[in-house]
Amino acid sequence: MAKSIDVSDLNIYYSDFLAVEGVTMTIPARSVTAFIGPSGCGKSTFLRSLNRMHEVIPGARVEGKVMVDGQSLYDANVDPVEVRREIGMVFQRPNPFPTMSIYENVLAGLRLNNKRLKKSEADSVVEKSLKGANLWNEVKDRLNKPGMGLSGGQQQRLCIARAIAVEPQVLLMDEPCSALDPISTSAIEDLIHELKEEYTIVIVTHNMQQAARVSEDTAFFNLAGAGKPGRLVEMNPTKKIFSVPDEEATEAYISGRFG
Amino acid sequence: MSAIVHQHVPLTHPRLPRWAPALVGVISLALAALLGISLGWGPVGIVVVALLVYLVGLPVWSRLVENRRAATNRFVTTLVWVSLGIALVPLGSLLWKVISLGAPQVNGRFLTWSMKNVFGESGGIYHSLTGTLIITLIATIISVPVGLMTAIYLVEYGAKSRTASAIRFLVDVMTGIPSIVAGLFAYALFTLLFGPGTKIGFAGGLALSLLMVPIVVRSAEEMLKLVPDDLREASWALGVPKWKTILKVVLPTALAGIITGVTLAVARVIGETAPLLIACGATTAVNLNPASGQMSSLPVFIYFSYTQPGANPKILQDMAWGAAFVLIVVVMVLNLIARVAGKILAPKTGH
Repeated sequence: MAKSIDVSDLNIYYSDFLAVEGVTMTIPARSVTAFIGPSGCGKSTFLRSLNRMHEVIPGARVEGKVMVDGQSLYDANVDPVEVRREIGMVFQRPNPFPTMSIYENVLAGLRLNNKRLKKSEADSVVEKSLKGANLWNEVKDRLNKPGMGLSGGQQQRLCIARAIAVEPQVLLMDEPCSALDPISTSAIEDLIHELKEEYTIVIVTHNMQQAARVSEDTAFFNLAGAGKPGRLVEMNPTKKIFSVPDEEATEAYISGRFG
Repeated sequence: MSAIVHQHVPLTHPRLPRWAPALVGVISLALAALLGISLGWGPVGIVVVALLVYLVGLPVWSRLVENRRAATNRFVTTLVWVSLGIALVPLGSLLWKVISLGAPQVNGRFLTWSMKNVFGESGGIYHSLTGTLIITLIATIISVPVGLMTAIYLVEYGAKSRTASAIRFLVDVMTGIPSIVAGLFAYALFTLLFGPGTKIGFAGGLALSLLMVPIVVRSAEEMLKLVPDDLREASWALGVPKWKTILKVVLPTALAGIITGVTLAVARVIGETAPLLIACGATTAVNLNPASGQMSSLPVFIYFSYTQPGANPKILQDMAWGAAFVLIVVVMVLNLIARVAGKILAPKTGH
């Protein structure tokens, strides 16, 4: 079910402001790809353009091509709602729906998309998704309690469960651990390892150790200069990036000389 | 290079005893009473003088024993409490007056009789109570969908567009419409549609809805704005269409606040007199049909009972107080219902 993503010559704008310029990359299927780079260099913006979440901001638009499974995401007759069903997203801050229980949160994607589920089917989707998100054992006795009652790390895993319950092809993660403590972070990193068996995962992170731990490939983004758009500096297998990167700038960033 | 000399800084200073404010209070009151009784002031004069003495006495004592900051603190604290008291006096006095004069009027006959064929004896307000409830219900049924959908447009679709700013401006203008103008508008509209002199319950409901819509729009808008964008994005990222996100995620999250806003709007219009006087008139009989015939309401009943009490003014004026009491109770019950509903519907934190 996992798909690879081909991006060619992508420019991303906020109204007239060019935020990210000329990105070309291939994100392999069933593998974890990490985006690193200093704040404001356009990693999150680029990530959001992969499932057409970028355009929910008024004035935001994109030029170039993003191909998933041979279909161009930005063709005129592509429905962004369909795209987002295939390419799920986990956000920086955990955002379970406050009016729903844990059970309803996991099913939200299906229920809100008008899927009629039998009680037994719904139960099995919830169990499968929560097990997939490593949360089942912690919450199986209180599925009807509000999702907001969980700890931050549990809430984030609930959001991951909610995202995988709709069985997307690709899972985008925008700094999923930045609001979490080390133990929850480690739980989520373990989860990412398991999820890559079935999903194509793209993760934005500020934590370079995390990128080194979880990803197969790493893309380094940087600003071309103050006030200039962000661009992709280098994309290589993670091992290579963290040992012998092609670019001077990557080396400087990873070794902590700037950024 | 000279070393910094650290002086011993005391962290304690003398404090007034805890009973100091009470003592000053008693002394001020005693002084004021002594003066007042000897000079023949009323109780209001005595209280005012006592407050002034207290306002000067406590800070001065504090300045002598404690320090400047403590004295200022005591002075300002006293001012704040006095202001609170002054603000509460009218409310307390109003409630006391309405309850003491109105509550004794309420009995079975008062609540179940109309004023039809009642002369020279006390009747009931059933016709006005039902009228008020029917007219307010009509106003709510018109205003809530219109107001809520306008608010949804403003927050979810219009955002910063020109149309949205224009609508916001017009809604603000609408908030300022004098209620009697709304009544005239409704009366004129129904005259145009159904011929001159059409005074019916629907016209009253329409007039009140003109006053209600802007309040509902603004309060619902504020509540929808409070829903974090994180939740909308979470829903969109699951592939949920925008309208469904609004219906199933945004509205439930904001529901408690919206209900409170609607209740406040109802409370605001339920006591309107002028527009109802014009748009649906007055009658002494029970009329449960808003589509035909004049319809009485509590504020209009109070108005006529006080201004035209007829041969035996005492009876109708007493009834007016009773009606005022019932009106306040109705508003309070609505508020209570809204609070309970808000509690039940509020997003659950699980703590």
